[in-house]
Amino acid sequence: MREHKTSSDAPAGAAKTPPLMDLRNLKVYFPIKSGVLIGRTVGHIKAVDDVSLYINPGETLGLVGESGSGKTTLGRAALRLVEPTDGQIIFDGQELRNLSNQDMRRSRRELGFVFQDPYGSLNPRMTAGNMIREPLKIHKLHNGREDLSRQVGDLLETVGLARSMADRYPHEFSGGQRQRIGVARALASKPRFIVLDEPVSALDVSIQAQLINLLQDLQEEFNLAYLLIAHDLSVVRHISDRIAVMYLGKVVELSDYKALYDNPLHPYTKALLSAVPLPDRALERTRERIVLKGDIPSPRNPPSGCVFHTRCPMATDECRVTVPTIKEHAPNHYAACINL
Amino acid sequence: MKSALKTTGSDGFTYLWAVVKRNAVSFRGFARRSPVAAFWMVMILFLVFMSIAAPVVSPQDPYIPDFSKVTNSPSTENFFGTDFLGRDQLTRIIYGGRTSLFIGLISVLVGVGVGSLWGLVSGYLGGKFDLISQRLLEILMAIPGLILAMILMFILGASVWTLIVAIAFTRLAFGARVIRAVSLSVRETAYVEAARSTGASYWRVMLFHVAPQTFAPFLVLVTTNIGIAILIEASLGFIGLGIAPPTPTWGSMLGEAASNLEPFWWLVFFPGLFITLAVLAFNLAGAGLQDVLDPRNRGTLE
Repeated sequence: MREHKTSSDAPAGAAKTPPLMDLRNLKVYFPIKSGVLIGRTVGHIKAVDDVSLYINPGETLGLVGESGSGKTTLGRAALRLVEPTDGQIIFDGQELRNLSNQDMRRSRRELGFVFQDPYGSLNPRMTAGNMIREPLKIHKLHNGREDLSRQVGDLLETVGLARSMADRYPHEFSGGQRQRIGVARALASKPRFIVLDEPVSALDVSIQAQLINLLQDLQEEFNLAYLLIAHDLSVVRHISDRIAVMYLGKVVELSDYKALYDNPLHPYTKALLSAVPLPDRALERTRERIVLKGDIPSPRNPPSGCVFHTRCPMATDECRVTVPTIKEHAPNHYAACINL
Repeated sequence: MKSALKTTGSDGFTYLWAVVKRNAVSFRGFARRSPVAAFWMVMILFLVFMSIAAPVVSPQDPYIPDFSKVTNSPSTENFFGTDFLGRDQLTRIIYGGRTSLFIGLISVLVGVGVGSLWGLVSGYLGGKFDLISQRLLEILMAIPGLILAMILMFILGASVWTLIVAIAFTRLAFGARVIRAVSLSVRETAYVEAARSTGASYWRVMLFHVAPQTFAPFLVLVTTNIGIAILIEASLGFIGLGIAPPTPTWGSMLGEAASNLEPFWWLVFFPGLFITLAVLAFNLAGAGLQDVLDPRNRGTLE
């Protein structure tokens, strides 16, 4: 495992620089419509429900959770690719939700997004070069055509592809290569903050490691801040400074990566971590395995009180009634559980 | 491929030859893959060439009557026979192709083109604009194409351009509906979201990411609708609402022939044959084009 940056070792509350991306009480509700001709809103799916997170410059925040926990929606909402229902998105001291469409487009120069699906996220009728060229053109970050081609070539090399691949179409690349193109496109406008939406989950394990290493190298080189969305805990551990755990649209635990793995507080986090296979067979045999019953409940009709109480091994009667708030239980280690 | 063209770009003739050669090669590959479509594509080229070169290739004058040989059956002198005024039918069919193909092509390009743009924007923007557009198009589609064109011809009066407008109007909804559906589905793709995430404007996304995906269906729409447009033109000509005589069109020729109590077979058969050929050619060539235009069906490396 690679060395983690020292930023996470710094004492908790002492962060003097303001966060680069600060999400405050973010809510994304999708209306449920019914009726044939004129849709009537009959309820909401609370994909992201009152989430507050911040990401410092050059830092990686890992975001983990089951399918349907709202991780991806949170990532998209952070860049206003879906409009949040409520809350604030403060990027570099500026509230993105107050920006006009035009100003928002301009701000996107400093924001990047790498998509989960390396097949769907590239336009099948555009060459790799044209796709990487696009952000440079939009934000006018070039001096003429030759400079543009040179920059595209440089970007391809930065992500470990050959300059000559600029003229190829997406279907001529392998999955790992396609994902590198996606990374090159996100990097093109020299952003400071990139949302990585499960960037490796569609790739082979050997390719996963390559891409993760590439992402780490790029982070060091360009001082990027990442919001890394994943459901693979070992990937997250490898690269994250801090980790947030989401369940049914809410953050249930947030801490630096070490404390989270060594001393998880929330029962959901404990269950997740106990599902990670250990390389040591003796340890693997003796350790306690917490198996959660059933599936994640429908966000259409979430459980009362603590949303996790239906599957929680520690649930009490009070959990059915009281909605837990996220509290600091150890320095810089937050969890949302009333039984702690 | 591109670089080979660039190096010869200084010399106009070499450049042209390279373009011809390249397309000839790709046509040969196309012919091998779908010979039926290639055959009908050649048929289109033949019909178009025939129409353009009408004054050169036609054996006689299409307008001057010759009362010495009224309604002669096909012979070595008049391959397709002569009509009621003794004019050579082959010549009139060649000239008729000019009008029929021109009207078919232009009206469809205008009708499907405008409709497609409408559908593209309507599908991508969605919302109220889309809702209202869809209701308007549904009203338009509820009226049968031929009746709509007839009404418009009554209102606008008969000329080549009013005919084009009338036929284009009937094609509008077809372009809009199909392209809207494509636009709607492309809007939801990850690569459109990726383009938005880089800061692309609505127009940029529509132009560079959505519109190219609609190109293949657009071309297929155009080719299949040309067949229908030729039929509408022929039908209008048949009932006498088309272009005024003596200008020949395939439809009006058929109409004149059929107005006789006992129609002469060659006056019905030959215009009908050419209408059939043209409609078939455009439809089948269009279907073949659909396969070729998808880059995923293209080979990987040269």
